[in-house]
Amino acid sequence: MEATVLNLLASVLGSLWAPLWNLIKPLWPLIWTLVKIVLIMAPLLLCVAYLTFWERKVIGWMQVRIGPNRVGPWGLLQPIADGLKLFFKEVLFPAAADKKLFVLGPIMAIAPALALWAVIPFSSGWVLANVDAGVLYLLAVGSIGVYGIIVAGWASNSKYPFFGAMRASAQMISYEVSMGLALITVLMVSNSLNLSDIVMAQDKGRAAGMGLGFLSWNWLPLLPMFAVYLISGVAETNRAPFDVVEGESEIVAGHMVEYSGMAFAMFFLAEYANMILISAMTSIFFLGGWLSPVGFIPDGFHWMAAKMAAILFFFLWIRATFPRYRYDQLMRLGWKVFVPLTLVWILVVGVWMMSPLTIWK
Amino acid sequence: MEFKTILFYLFSTVTVLAALRVITARNPVHAALFLVLAFFNVSGLWMLLQAEFLSLVLIMVYVGAVMVLFLFVVMMLDINIERVRQGFWKNLPIGALVGALLIAEMAAVLSGRYFGLANLPAQNMPANHSNTKELARVLYTDYAYPFEIASVILLVAIIVAVMLTLRRRKDNKAMQASDQIAVKAKDRMRLVKMAPEVDLPAAKQGEKA
Repeated sequence: MEATVLNLLASVLGSLWAPLWNLIKPLWPLIWTLVKIVLIMAPLLLCVAYLTFWERKVIGWMQVRIGPNRVGPWGLLQPIADGLKLFFKEVLFPAAADKKLFVLGPIMAIAPALALWAVIPFSSGWVLANVDAGVLYLLAVGSIGVYGIIVAGWASNSKYPFFGAMRASAQMISYEVSMGLALITVLMVSNSLNLSDIVMAQDKGRAAGMGLGFLSWNWLPLLPMFAVYLISGVAETNRAPFDVVEGESEIVAGHMVEYSGMAFAMFFLAEYANMILISAMTSIFFLGGWLSPVGFIPDGFHWMAAKMAAILFFFLWIRATFPRYRYDQLMRLGWKVFVPLTLVWILVVGVWMMSPLTIWK
Repeated sequence: MEFKTILFYLFSTVTVLAALRVITARNPVHAALFLVLAFFNVSGLWMLLQAEFLSLVLIMVYVGAVMVLFLFVVMMLDINIERVRQGFWKNLPIGALVGALLIAEMAAVLSGRYFGLANLPAQNMPANHSNTKELARVLYTDYAYPFEIASVILLVAIIVAVMLTLRRRKDNKAMQASDQIAVKAKDRMRLVKMAPEVDLPAAKQGEKA
């Protein structure tokens, strides 16, 4: 792709290209990386905007309402209008807040949510940083997302935000454990920490050879882990029915109570970017990433997008379906159900891999 | 100057400054957040040493879990900073002694004269070398017993910490989750069959009288 872009530039600029190339050649890797970052970030932010719109529409339909339909055709300009409104609102600072940390909070929420996209492969070779420790990077950077909430909740110097921060720190640590343990089984069967390799490892096996690729993806042999991972993912992003961190009927909006304007929008962006990220990670780890489910349709980015969209719909679906978990039930599910289940399943998979019945060679 | 060298100086400068702020910051929450910053930069330094597993695990364990719990505790405490600083001059000599000892030991190990670290050849790893696999191989074969013993000790420490702080209150209104799950609708609600309209006996008597 890099060579194609360079050739295109050379043919468009003609004789001007040679001196220009000499000028920018030392900086070219930097420029090329920035171009790739923009190519990931711009569609991502657009997806975030339209995910909010889709969410309102889907939940509206599920509750036999119409949903937003006033701004633009079919209400399609609604997220743009919302964004503009938030952009022009004043960011208020509570008098008793810790000003520096109050500003730092939203930044610490959104920075990891965007930084995580660096290692996500969208299709074969479509990845910003094809690192060998990709899964570790996801777990490490993903685990710092909770700081945004904690710092914001504490800096607001107000009761409900502080409750939100306390709930967030306990909840996100609990579900990181089960999420990480569920991923260990995936690492065991793929024998790699590289996300592209994990996808390609799901293309092997008898079912894939017969053109029924979807039977060889990790979701089937690791079905309990798939369920644990997906549910933990919902808890990790603080989405309903695990949205006790911001539970509006209990603590108003948790850590976001004192925020307004763009500072509030940053939390919003981070939450939806994390949702899309969890759907991307679930498709990569369990649903074969960009692989085609059947042999006669080619692999490609369209499959990745379709799987992400399906999981995102699942996120919205359960939000419209289930009542919120009580806080102690949430903790019980994390520690007393998921953690023992994943630990046992790691053992099962280990024995399975060593036994003659193994399907991973 | 190579780009890596610039990164090294950047990471180490920020590490030192953040570590200084950890002990000089007046607010304990700020101090904890500076410690997080220091961890991040140390992790960057390890990444420069090509120890990507340790580097990322440092962030995952210390930044992602330990410091979150630390902040959790620090935020709930009402720490009086004046009281904490009271014994500063009294404790300075012994603190300085411990610090000097630490620096001397680190210098002895790292300067290379006695342990010969400086004479070790630089290891050139092949491009597909996996730090993680190498570490796991050593940990689970050569050092399997020490590793297992260490994890059992940690487990014991966890259980002991829980047992020490666990107190069963008599008036505790805990719920049994299994009982709650086992509840059926008919346990909670009784449907009674009755005619849509029933004449009240009291009203009848009233009419007669």
